[in-house]
Amino acid sequence: MTDENCQHSPLEPVHEELGATFTDFAGWRMPVRYSSELDEHRAVRSTAGIFDLSHMGEIRIRGPQAGAALDHALSGRFSVLPSGRARYTLLLNRDGGIIDDLVVYHLPGGDFLAVVNAANTAVDLAELTARAQGFDAEVIDESAQTALIAVQGPDAAAVVTATLTAADLGADEISSLGYYRCCSGTFEGEPIGVARTGYTGEDGFELYIPASSAARLWRALRLTSAVRLTPCGLACRDTLRLEAGMPLYGHELTASTKPSQAGLGRVVSFAAADDFVGRAALEGRDGSADPVLVGLAGEGRRAARAGYRVLDASGVPVGQITSGALSPTLGHPVAMAYLQPGSAEPGTRLGVDVRGTTLPFTVVTLPFYARS
Amino acid sequence: MIVEDLLYTAEHEWLATDDAGVATVGITDFATQELGDVVFVQLPEVGSELAAGGVAGEVESTKSVSDLFCPVSGTVTEINEALEDSPELVNTDPFGQGWLFRIKPAQDPTGLLSRQQYLALIED
Repeated sequence: MTDENCQHSPLEPVHEELGATFTDFAGWRMPVRYSSELDEHRAVRSTAGIFDLSHMGEIRIRGPQAGAALDHALSGRFSVLPSGRARYTLLLNRDGGIIDDLVVYHLPGGDFLAVVNAANTAVDLAELTARAQGFDAEVIDESAQTALIAVQGPDAAAVVTATLTAADLGADEISSLGYYRCCSGTFEGEPIGVARTGYTGEDGFELYIPASSAARLWRALRLTSAVRLTPCGLACRDTLRLEAGMPLYGHELTASTKPSQAGLGRVVSFAAADDFVGRAALEGRDGSADPVLVGLAGEGRRAARAGYRVLDASGVPVGQITSGALSPTLGHPVAMAYLQPGSAEPGTRLGVDVRGTTLPFTVVTLPFYARS
Repeated sequence: MIVEDLLYTAEHEWLATDDAGVATVGITDFATQELGDVVFVQLPEVGSELAAGGVAGEVESTKSVSDLFCPVSGTVTEINEALEDSPELVNTDPFGQGWLFRIKPAQDPTGLLSRQQYLALIED
């Protein structure tokens, strides 16, 4: 943990003060939990939680052809994305496999901001830089100077509104900000980006702020509102996203995974003429025999975990678990797995080899949990 | 339970022997902090004979599964049935209500650590 090669969040002193347990996540020393990850998970489902996501990479793309460069670099279309909007998208390799999944914001000022998985920041930066060659666009890594704080949960809007009312952002503007929309303003004189996005399955906001102001924003969020804002670590972030059926890079998404296998065909746009990287490999390809991502629901309390084999009724392996946990909200095990298409229909009863014991699981439609 | 009087394993189990010679086994506070919230505990069957250092069961948290090792050879006399419905007791009271199983040792335990030795080990 004291590895000097580790990168440090600007919020690390705040986490130390709160008594966090830390983990090395993609080379960053980040809070895995503050007290109980189950309590943190439930706080996000019932009230609101606050997360430090400063490990994530922020890459700015700007210039007259920034949108066109992203049309070429990524699976979605950005030249037609109005400013103030966000889009979930994929960075594909030439074979159509997934290098990373990311959210791209078209910022109110006109620049684009790509937010990428910490483990992939360097790779994504290199790819975006190379793919922007020939376009009048500049690719800038802002990861080190940018902190990211997420506020997630049914009470997130109340907390963020109360805290940012004093800033340039009016309370109305924040609470009426639609899902996958973003706006900008200032917090104590520093620029802040406010986005209604998240990775928990709840309503929520992600706040981009210069690293030097992160601790003050964190404290303001926790102090301003009457809502009790629970500090949440990466452990509950994983169970929250799993319940919400959201894929995680390195688990559900890999360089050999095609978007359609992961149920992400919708974020690959063949509509326009732009020749994005990966298009030639994917367009018109017959993926009907590929393993597909499904949800599995189990009984009892034992989780099916990444790497465990999934078996059909006669004990023949039909796939592998990519993520799994005992669902804190539902009280039974949930998992995601890639299965042969013949075993992937919802309702199919299968077994999972849990360290030598075959436990019953049923294929279900994702997500496991959707907010009401 | 006075933690200074307990014996420990390098795998983070503790062992307490009562006046009747029956030993209670649990996992340490350090182990529960490392594991995170315990959501499932698989315990040995009452009457089963375990060997020192052998696998006695599993402790499953939201993020991981760990083998539970038996600190001493003997026969299991009792398991903590409260953990079936309330595995969180392992986190909230690891040296008390979160005990795991009781065992009648076949011989005196050997090779276990004192509290001081255990603390020195986990500080490394």
